Amino acid sequence: MFILDKRWGLLLTFILTVFWVDPLIARGEEAHGSYSGEKEHAEEKFDAGHFVIEHVLDAYEWHIASVGETHITVPLPVILFSRHPELHEGKKLHVFMSSKFHHGHDDYMGFRISASEKNKGKIVELDNQGQELGKPLDLSITKTITGVLVSVVVLFSLLFAAVRTAKHNRGKAPSGVQNLIEPVIVFIRDEIAKPSIGEKKYKKFMPPLLTLFFFILLNNLLGLIPIFPFGANVTGNIAITMVLALFTFFVTNLRGNKHYWKEIFNPDVPMWLKIPIPLMPLLEISGMITKPFVLMVRLFANMLAGHLIVTVFLSLIFIFSSLMGPIAGYGVSPVSVLFAVFIMLLDVLVSFIQAYVFTLLSAIYFGMATAEHH
Amino acid sequence: MELVTPNLGTIFWMVIIFGVVAFVLKKFAWRPILNALTEREESIENALHEAERARKEMAKLKAGNEQLLAEARKEKESILREAMNLKDGIIAEAKDKAAAETQKNIENARQQIENEKAKAINEMKQQMSELSLLIAEKVIRKEMADNKQQQEMVNKLVEGIKLN
Repeated sequence: MFILDKRWGLLLTFILTVFWVDPLIARGEEAHGSYSGEKEHAEEKFDAGHFVIEHVLDAYEWHIASVGETHITVPLPVILFSRHPELHEGKKLHVFMSSKFHHGHDDYMGFRISASEKNKGKIVELDNQGQELGKPLDLSITKTITGVLVSVVVLFSLLFAAVRTAKHNRGKAPSGVQNLIEPVIVFIRDEIAKPSIGEKKYKKFMPPLLTLFFFILLNNLLGLIPIFPFGANVTGNIAITMVLALFTFFVTNLRGNKHYWKEIFNPDVPMWLKIPIPLMPLLEISGMITKPFVLMVRLFANMLAGHLIVTVFLSLIFIFSSLMGPIAGYGVSPVSVLFAVFIMLLDVLVSFIQAYVFTLLSAIYFGMATAEHH
Repeated sequence: MELVTPNLGTIFWMVIIFGVVAFVLKKFAWRPILNALTEREESIENALHEAERARKEMAKLKAGNEQLLAEARKEKESILREAMNLKDGIIAEAKDKAAAETQKNIENARQQIENEKAKAINEMKQQMSELSLLIAEKVIRKEMADNKQQQEMVNKLVEGIKLN
């Protein structure tokens, strides 16, 4: 009994010391502005919606923490192709660090991080009067892209360590990182590729499947680590999942065999379904597009939801403290932290499941594209 | 709305990054790892097959050995039995032979004894007849001094022969 009591005591201390978020820290701005007029006070109240969305949206700089008025951020490169070079001394390409904008407070070289309704958060070009002209071609290395690059570095170091040991241990028992990677590879081969594609053809689809699985899984998991340089919402960004889904789409259609294309343009259905209006082919083509679309949305929505819920639970602390004072915030914080931790753990599970589902569905599509006539 | 609008710049960089990642991994990671994997699996399978084969061979060898052993045991028994039979035969033969020899020896001895006896008897008879003749001659010589006596003598002899 004593040991149990001690354990509970330890757990409680742990929660109190580590998880008890001080609402005053996060409300630094509010506390700061509390003496200067009622209007300003109201403006600087904690905006939960803004707080949550800002955490999952892409950004031009990597925000790490804010202490009072000071924002600790990592500036990222901004790369712009101007549509109005005459406004920028004839220069089309503009490359500079995002710190030039001073967290969106300043304009730089006729560019601004817009606060308008239409282009909120995006870089816009300004005319000589400071009016927004429209968006330039924006190829900035944003937070999401940086997150991808970080995960690629992790992925490469993991896999190439595994390759080294694999080459070292030729014909011998695996060791080290190899033991971490190989079971996953074997799982993808035996549980995903072979049943979905078939014993004969699965081999040439192993590289795309493995790349998809490891890339998605690693990005999912690294997105859950809330410490720089991890924690960017990568797989919860629809552009990223779109590229992944397009990858599956292109592999499927480039590897599609004669049977696959016949099933799309000339399926075995009564003639009136094909002529004069090609009903079935249209349906099949829409199916061709729906498949990657579903992949894109599923991964995006699942990962985004995880990030959103964790942030929402944490922002509950600040909502309560701004509504009913810091005491309420203190009171709520253990509960919301526990919930956030629970969701976080759930997200770890979801990360694996989504990586698995994406790979499995891709494998099934590959299998459909290479199936022989039945 | 911004959440569900794919950003062109993000797509651009992601295509490049993911393309490079897919290519590099295919070329330098998956191929060696998968090769090593299949290689090892094959070698394990081969080793298992080999072990199975060796096991079967061992079993076969063992069965052969046992058969050989059984055969050897049988042969040993048969040899022993044969030897025993032979021994018995030899002993019996020897016994028979010895008995026959003894019999023959005894027979011979008896024959010889018989012969010797007959010879001795004959000799004795001869000597007796000679002696008788000698005696008879002497008697006759003495007796035959006169005719009368001779006559008498002859008569007596004749009478004697009748008595015999």
